[in-house]
Amino acid sequence: MLSPRDGWLPEVANRTDPVVLGIESSCDETGVGIVRGRQLLANVISSSMEQHARYGGVVPEVAARAHLEALQPAIREAVATAGVSLADIDAIAVASGPGLAGALMVGIGAAKALAVALNTPIYAVNHLVGHVGADVLGPEGPFEMPAIALLVSGGHTSLLRVRNMVSDVELLGETIDDAAGEAFDKVARILGLPYPGGPEIDRLAAEGDPNAIRFPRGLTLPKDMAAHRYDFSFSGLKTSVARWVEIRRDAGEPIPAGDVAASFREAVVDVLTAKAIAACVDLGMPRLLLGGGVTANRRLREVAQQRADAAGIDLRIPEFSLCTDNGAMIAALGAELIMAGHGASSLDFGADSTLPATHVQVQ
Amino acid sequence: MGGCDVVILAIDTSAGTSVAVVSLDGEVLAQRETSDTMRHAEVVGWAIAGVLADAGISSTEVTLVAGGVGPGPFTGLRVGLAAAVAFATARDIPLLPTVSHDAIARGYYDEHGPDAFATGLRVVTDARRKEVYWSEFAGFVDGVPVRIEGPAVAKPENLAAAPVQIDATAVSAVDLALVALAERAAGVSRAFDPLYLRSPDVTMSTGPKRVVQ
Ligand SMILES: [Zn+2]
Repeated sequence: MLSPRDGWLPEVANRTDPVVLGIESSCDETGVGIVRGRQLLANVISSSMEQHARYGGVVPEVAARAHLEALQPAIREAVATAGVSLADIDAIAVASGPGLAGALMVGIGAAKALAVALNTPIYAVNHLVGHVGADVLGPEGPFEMPAIALLVSGGHTSLLRVRNMVSDVELLGETIDDAAGEAFDKVARILGLPYPGGPEIDRLAAEGDPNAIRFPRGLTLPKDMAAHRYDFSFSGLKTSVARWVEIRRDAGEPIPAGDVAASFREAVVDVLTAKAIAACVDLGMPRLLLGGGVTANRRLREVAQQRADAAGIDLRIPEFSLCTDNGAMIAALGAELIMAGHGASSLDFGADSTLPATHVQVQ
Repeated sequence: MGGCDVVILAIDTSAGTSVAVVSLDGEVLAQRETSDTMRHAEVVGWAIAGVLADAGISSTEVTLVAGGVGPGPFTGLRVGLAAAVAFATARDIPLLPTVSHDAIARGYYDEHGPDAFATGLRVVTDARRKEVYWSEFAGFVDGVPVRIEGPAVAKPENLAAAPVQIDATAVSAVDLALVALAERAAGVSRAFDPLYLRSPDVTMSTGPKRVVQ
């Protein structure tokens, strides 16, 4: 009998421009991407977002079922788009965490079978660091490191110090309650808007005054800054919006939804950008990379640019299809690991829903 | 490997993890299994790589894939199905979705012969939450189990007594392969449709909770 330590899978032969197929299934997007070195060949994303709309948030079991259904069409489409044959694939990469365990396991099961069927090595990589990896695929080429990375989505809100994306990533802070994207969803519900909340709030906020209501900025008071300088909290903000709206509703007053949306969005954007810029300044890193689905938010991009410019910080925001959860970013990180000479993962890793950002690769 | 053109790779994770490679004429080339019901994602890759190595064949010699569609606890069930779909896609070979309970019935048939359940056979597996998955069979035609009811989910106390009931805790990928081959020979085909038999656990949104009391 082979034991799990027999090193059954081959080592990658091509370390200069490896063709890597990446699979992402940590939340509600099934992503299959293919890269050749730092060149993007395909980025197929199949989202189950619409199926979650009636529940007002991502339902893990619904997401996991959708991943399984999406796998075969997504793999086929990615290979066809990339113009490669499956035999050309040098390695498989897969997000093994953090994320929803049951969802991650679908991608892991598929990735392992692909690796065995194609006789390639497999790289189990960190989803969060994958967001950083997406950057190398853009037309501007890789962002200079070290850099600060702010990763904001419905599942995570994290601030990373990245000295080297394949070997030296440090978590500076993260949300201690809701993710920023979740806060958008919850406030959208308070205002009677459908899921997902981000685009709805953005649309409504365009007609509102961002300074109409002063909503609290979580973890920015001096006492909080001591212990949570780079952490985030959006739960109090959400409650504050709910209270503001209820009091007026109870009094029979009209709700200025545009002002509420704009003021709420301003509070979120203010904290996200202030803490990210502060990290750059404090740590002497004049480079900030944004990632995650919430970067689609226009106001976030705007304020981040203004503040980065004012502080002399170089800001990088990859295009949206590389910011949202996707397989290309996982493939890109896998390719970076290969090009840096890192060995493949063993076949016995599992899903780790709380995988720390410092673990770029799971052996 | 000697002269068989068809090798089927069968993967079932509806209970533990069971993986086998079987030739067209039913010869078992290799099989690996574990009864661990919590570590499907960890073991499935080794199980597939292991059976190919044990059988002394390369992945290119596999010409069919059978995937156990359950019923079974969802999270684990999906791992094997994801692997089966991916393997079939990678090699561009057919995937044969196969009912895991049929494999259990097939195993019983092969062990006890047709007489042992002339009065019918019920297969029962654990569905957690104090419930069971069950299927009833009336016999076999050309190696294909004739399932007359189920798979379905029920509380065990709500099931009437059956003349022959198998309370199975494992599903053999060898038996799954044999059912898949028999169904294929008989022209039976099935959509790729995992037998979850339960809706996802969700509470419908009833609007935001009040914060002002
Ligand atoms: Zn993400």
